[in-house]
Amino acid sequence: MSLIKIALAGEGGQGVQSVAEILAEAAYNNNQQALYIPNFGLEQRGGVSIAFIQFSDLRIGAPKFHKADVVVALSERAVSRTSMYSGPETLFVYDSGFKVSPDELPREAKKIIGIPAIETANKELHPRVFNIIIMGAVIGLTQVVSFEAAKDALESKLAYKFEKNPELRELNFRALEMGREMGEKALQEGGAQNA
Amino acid sequence: MPRIIGDPKKSFVTGNETAAWACLVAGADMMFGYPITPQNEIMHYWTRLAPKHGRGFLQTEDELSAGFTVCGSVQSGKKAFTATAGPGNVLMQEPFGMAEAMRLPLLAIIQQRGGPSSGTVVYSQQEVTLTTFGGNGEGMRIVYSTASHQEIYDYTIKGFNVAWKYRFPVFILGDGYQAKMREPLEMYDPEDRGIKMIKPYPLIGLEGKISAGREPQHLCNIYSLEEELYEVVMKVAAEYEALEDTLVEFDEKYCDDADIIIVSHGIVSRAADDAVKALRAQGIKAGYFRPITLRPYPRKQLRAAIAKNGVKKLLIAESAYGQLDRLTKQEIFGENVKIENLFKPGVGIIDYDIINKVKSVL
Amino acid sequence: MIAPAVPKSWYLPSKPHKFCPGCGHGIVLKALGEVIDELQIQDQAIFGCDIGCSLLAWDFFACDSTQTHHGRTTPVMVGIKRSRPELTCIGYMGDGGGYSIGSQHLLNAAVRNEKVTLILVNNTNYGMTGGQMAPTTLPGQKTETCPYGRDPETTGYPTMGPEFLAELAPDSAYIARATVSKYKQLKKYLKSALKNQMEGNGFSFVEVLSTCPTNWRTNAQQTWNFLEDEMEKYFPVGELKNPLGKGDK
Repeated sequence: MSLIKIALAGEGGQGVQSVAEILAEAAYNNNQQALYIPNFGLEQRGGVSIAFIQFSDLRIGAPKFHKADVVVALSERAVSRTSMYSGPETLFVYDSGFKVSPDELPREAKKIIGIPAIETANKELHPRVFNIIIMGAVIGLTQVVSFEAAKDALESKLAYKFEKNPELRELNFRALEMGREMGEKALQEGGAQNA
Repeated sequence: MPRIIGDPKKSFVTGNETAAWACLVAGADMMFGYPITPQNEIMHYWTRLAPKHGRGFLQTEDELSAGFTVCGSVQSGKKAFTATAGPGNVLMQEPFGMAEAMRLPLLAIIQQRGGPSSGTVVYSQQEVTLTTFGGNGEGMRIVYSTASHQEIYDYTIKGFNVAWKYRFPVFILGDGYQAKMREPLEMYDPEDRGIKMIKPYPLIGLEGKISAGREPQHLCNIYSLEEELYEVVMKVAAEYEALEDTLVEFDEKYCDDADIIIVSHGIVSRAADDAVKALRAQGIKAGYFRPITLRPYPRKQLRAAIAKNGVKKLLIAESAYGQLDRLTKQEIFGENVKIENLFKPGVGIIDYDIINKVKSVL
Repeated sequence: MIAPAVPKSWYLPSKPHKFCPGCGHGIVLKALGEVIDELQIQDQAIFGCDIGCSLLAWDFFACDSTQTHHGRTTPVMVGIKRSRPELTCIGYMGDGGGYSIGSQHLLNAAVRNEKVTLILVNNTNYGMTGGQMAPTTLPGQKTETCPYGRDPETTGYPTMGPEFLAELAPDSAYIARATVSKYKQLKKYLKSALKNQMEGNGFSFVEVLSTCPTNWRTNAQQTWNFLEDEMEKYFPVGELKNPLGKGDK
């Protein structure tokens, strides 16, 4: 696998960093090279939470990057904050429920894709697994890790929660699956708009 | 030392966690520290691990105290370390100076952040001058600039041995990105790799009773006459310089037939490595030189690389405004090579930054 | 739309502020803002803040402000006051910056009776850096650098700042401890502290007990309980020195 660069961004509490960590660990457990770094420091307080993740078969170079292969914005504020990471080859993904004006979207992208993650979470699953749907979508869009590897990583990360409430396992795995389907579908179709 | 890790353990951790574990397996007895981003988690992990392994910890009132408590601890014969960044590094120059003067085996982990002053809490390579030549001394220090978690782990273990064997303060120079990012690491017990950890020994509080005839130890760092100081400084410098060949570490690739050699250290060297590979694939004869020890600097090796046929230029790339540049120039003074710069103070450098710069100057 | 009633001395472009939900800084700064308005010192006030959560207040007021280094707000304010005595110098810091790295500066400012007003917000931890132990962490309280609970045997008892400063400072100093749970009293103490400076009497210092649900990892009720039932029991609220005459002892 050649280098894949992903930026995930959202509000504090949405689970951006958790999703990024789980994805990176899934890759690492499968003997891929993975590198994950959050934004931290003053920007973190009250600002958009951003995770930079890279996957490769070879040793990864610099921890951050200028342009991502995939950007996923989990909140309206995150859309404009992450536009800078979108270049001519970037898949820019956001929730189709967001109200964003055209000038908040990135000026450059290979595809700008809206996926109905929030709506699906609220109507069909549970608001809390919105970030797991996003995780599935990233897998559907990039195949950066295998679905099985992601499930294993999710299982080991949330094992203590699943033990208390086994229904959560079912819920999270469904969310992952639905997200993956959303991602695959969005790749095939044109998505919301092309840049 | 009892084995702590057991079978080598592969893990996906942050640089700060790596540092804490490395100090643990290296047999560190005490950590003294003070909160400053981005190294806080070293303390967080140490305070959880230490009680389980009979090690000690104190959060001091500030960095001056953290540095001086480490000095006291090593004088008493315990392996002690601290960690800091930015303005904390500035404060610690006073105790680091004492360690240089009194030949104390201190180990400090520095996670560089933006400067000067409070700068950013995030990242930079702007503490090179401070860590190599800070304080009011002559830079009699050993500084390892790491580029990966495996190196943080390996060089921290080595660092304790180097400090206690040669009695110069040792610095593990990382940065905020390394501190906070997660990447693979293999943890191991040093003994399992044939690394024997040097036992610490006291400089004061020695065994044997003075009343029964043991010589009392009188340590000082001030002298009455200029000539006394001169003798001390010259002797220490000679000892330090004699160790250069033993201590120096570096990495070089593709320098034999290079038109331009990219000189970088720490995490930036990973981008340089990728850049050189990409440039070569495009037919551009770039070479890679990475000092791993910034003190002592691998000057003989860099001079040798420059002397090879055809090297026209050096490109010094750093996330600072000339600190590696100045350090390098002083070490290769007199070499006939043009030096270009890629300065990005406080900002990360990726392979494309270096590739574009090389193309613009060749 | 009706704008919220905020002090005139607040700097509106920097609002909404960046403090965490449930943080006591917002309450202290509102009280301070109202006091600056009522004393009409917006034009002569200099506001200094430290490194820590207090640094988020660097552009909080429509007053000339300077952010300093960790623990160094006190000497910077002293330098300004000694050079320009007509200015009203207000130093703002946390329990880490004040009682730990900055303790020698506090101590010396009190001894020399420097005519500055220092406000120290005490939330028993180093908030901005992620919740490490602070001089005012309570015995048994868990933080990132005392994960098993603060052991007074090895790390001492919480610093009683106003008490030790009251011992060092002369009688013309004003020293008090307030709490964000008693707003009127907080305002009264801040006003007295500033008046003490403005009347040229001497050193003035107010510690304010405050909340940090982010690092305490408490919900709203637990946060308030910790403040009122634990902190206020350990750190007595009241005025320790009041040369202005009226005041509750």
